[in-house]
Amino acid sequence: MKGDKKTKIVKTIKIDVDKCNGCRACEVICSAFHATPKYSSNNPARARIRVVRDPLRDVYVPVYAGDHTVAECAGRDKYTIDGKEYDECAFCRASCPSRDDFKEPDSGLPLKCDMCESDPPLDEPLCVQWCLADALVYEEREEEVEEEVEQDEMEAGLEALATKYGLQKIMDTVARMSVSKSA
Amino acid sequence: MRYAETGFNLEVDLTRGNIERVETDPRDTELYLGGLGTNAKLLWDRVPPEVEAFSPDNLLIFAAGLLCGTPATGCNRTIVSTISPQTKLMAFSMMGGFWAPELKYAGYDKVVLRGKSPDLVYLWINNDKVEIRDASHLRGKGANETAVLIREELNEPKAQVASIGLAGENRVFFASIEQGRSSASRQGLGAVMGDKNLKAIVVRGTRDINVARPEEYMELCNEVLEYIKFRNENPIPGVMPILTGLGSPQEMQVHDEKWHTENFMWGNSRVRRKGFWTDEIERAWTETMESMRTRLISCYNCPMKCGATISPPGSPTYMMKCFSKLTYTMAAMSDLDFGLKIAQRATEYGLDGFSTPQVMAFALELYEDGILTDDDMTGIPSGNDERFFWLLDRIVRREGIGDVLADGTYWAARKIGKGAEAYAHNTIKKHEQLPLKLSMLNPIYFLMYSTGEKINITQIEGQFPQAPWPTREEREEFVKDWIQVPDERFKQYLLDWELRGENSIPYYPTVEMCCDIVDWQERMHYIDDALGMCAGLSSFPLKPPYHIHNYPKFISAGAGIEMDEEKLTQATRRYRTLVRANNIRRGMRRADEKPPENHWKKRFPELEKELLDTYYKFKGWNNDGIPTKETLHELDLDYVAEEFVKRGILTEADESPKEDPGQNESK
Repeated sequence: MKGDKKTKIVKTIKIDVDKCNGCRACEVICSAFHATPKYSSNNPARARIRVVRDPLRDVYVPVYAGDHTVAECAGRDKYTIDGKEYDECAFCRASCPSRDDFKEPDSGLPLKCDMCESDPPLDEPLCVQWCLADALVYEEREEEVEEEVEQDEMEAGLEALATKYGLQKIMDTVARMSVSKSA
Repeated sequence: MRYAETGFNLEVDLTRGNIERVETDPRDTELYLGGLGTNAKLLWDRVPPEVEAFSPDNLLIFAAGLLCGTPATGCNRTIVSTISPQTKLMAFSMMGGFWAPELKYAGYDKVVLRGKSPDLVYLWINNDKVEIRDASHLRGKGANETAVLIREELNEPKAQVASIGLAGENRVFFASIEQGRSSASRQGLGAVMGDKNLKAIVVRGTRDINVARPEEYMELCNEVLEYIKFRNENPIPGVMPILTGLGSPQEMQVHDEKWHTENFMWGNSRVRRKGFWTDEIERAWTETMESMRTRLISCYNCPMKCGATISPPGSPTYMMKCFSKLTYTMAAMSDLDFGLKIAQRATEYGLDGFSTPQVMAFALELYEDGILTDDDMTGIPSGNDERFFWLLDRIVRREGIGDVLADGTYWAARKIGKGAEAYAHNTIKKHEQLPLKLSMLNPIYFLMYSTGEKINITQIEGQFPQAPWPTREEREEFVKDWIQVPDERFKQYLLDWELRGENSIPYYPTVEMCCDIVDWQERMHYIDDALGMCAGLSSFPLKPPYHIHNYPKFISAGAGIEMDEEKLTQATRRYRTLVRANNIRRGMRRADEKPPENHWKKRFPELEKELLDTYYKFKGWNNDGIPTKETLHELDLDYVAEEFVKRGILTEADESPKEDPGQNESK
């Protein structure tokens, strides 16, 4: 299912952990921006960025919230870089059952960074604007990608049902449903 | 709905182990703002002067400022208030760091502690869940060490910890409360915490803090950030390096220490070393700092990097800020390598970096002059640096002479006797001051030293330049974009101020101008301490981003309390007066309000008397420094006036009685 070539904009935040001063302004402004109404409250526990911070070990890692995953990894990673040991899963963006990060504190619903999607769009995500230490720098670039023809949602769903029950059974069901609706 | 504040205090009775969440009165916020303001009210209401520092009835209050936890840059201070064992007056020391916002997110504005726990405990605040936990396994542990151990045992790496070390446990009068890169150090707050058998307060919060008018508030925050960028790119010309920019004095990144090392006093605040700062010393000290400093670090939601992590070889890493870089070095007449190493141990012990080195230098001077003898100092090593480590260990354990010294120079001198009093020469209201001895009386500083109730010069100075620029052109340049002045007349004061001649100190600025200038500087510090704003972005540096013109807007849009400059000034006067009322009720009088005798070589008794007379009048205090009934009435503080009359502090005619029964016991 290959389609035409097209360009897309890749949004990147370059993170320089050596420049991070650990102030967590990024968490503050992120949670304020995503409050409803906008800026009406703030709460770093709701932020879609988190600074893993341990000054005595000189650990400073700003991490962004990525996708939610229902199952935790089979194993966990623990990095040591330049002699510094980082927390378990320190660099991982997922909200997952193994930890509290990137979840709404009340509901537990997953959070995900949206690069401060806004109308009109912002020049840069707010975490970058509020990082005067320049640990976070925003960069956009264009990338040429092959456009994939996406299966529409219903087709994907039906195909999954067909795999499970067989195509004939689905057709029978649809026929029965249409009879009962029209009656 | 309450905005900016949570509207709840946590009341903890350590004697009975009782914990309550108590809703506060929003009218108090309007009258006293929050932080220091409402702390002063609590102490007035609940801690009468008969209650001593180490009484279970003394309160120890940890308050987050009114705007802490909102996105206002640099608003992260915890204001700790109690009665000081050293000054016997109301003590309020502040710390930055991360603790105050976390308390807000947990749902509280203050933690109010009373009573005394039978065993060593710590308090664990996790949103609605608050428990008193055993801390017997933490006895004797360092302040940083304690924080690490507690986070581990609770499995809460994001919890914020304010803790004491051995000094606090042993009630050393200059023990601090440590919190990562910050500490509330002055006036012995750590000793009161130790007396209450409280090793630490640990807090984790995941709730929202609301602001009243979001868009407006955010615009104000963004303006402040823009101004910070502007000031970082436009340092003030013609002043010493540490005064050019924002933040606390940038001691962690500035290597040029010519000004401090040649103008501040060494040893027991007596020796000035002109010509000390040579290229060779600059090279050695720069190398020391760069080899031990791991990173420049910030407090919560602040881009300034006033602190640093320091890793002395062979010792654990600790965090440092500001002038404690030099206090140990200079008291011991040693070098920076020694200073950074001993500060590591002192930080774990939980000690004030201003008082501690001076107490040790004082002891060694007494020893050299034979007032303390070999009997007092049994086992003292012969090396200079080693002696300081030795004394430090004795003081925090209150062993031998350390037990006497642990009360600070003022009280120690009185216990030692034999003329030791003359060696405790650098205190105000019994509290050790910056080791500064200067030549010509500065009338502005005279007033600030005398009347400052934080009893620390850095907690009142800041908005007005310390000295005039030599040329009128330079002064004109400075006032051009001086938007922070409350009134244009302040620009004129500065423009006409000369280094020499008729318009120079001590007679210029005139007495009236001095009152005006001191009142402004003090007002800004008091506003910061109610809002929880760091002085480093407001009252302390020249041309800060927060000032009297934008603060009312922050309070209106943030807390939803309609505010203008006049109303804010009035509120600030109110709780500033309430701080004084607490101290007046404890016996503080005019006689206590004086800088150290030898602070300046050239003194002017008549001018000094006129300054104090005029300033007292300006503030609405009588000639003994007591707020008059009229003043108290104007400030809605009639309840203070009534108590003053009831206690015989004021007569019906607004005078102090001839024989004042409330005199401080210092005399």
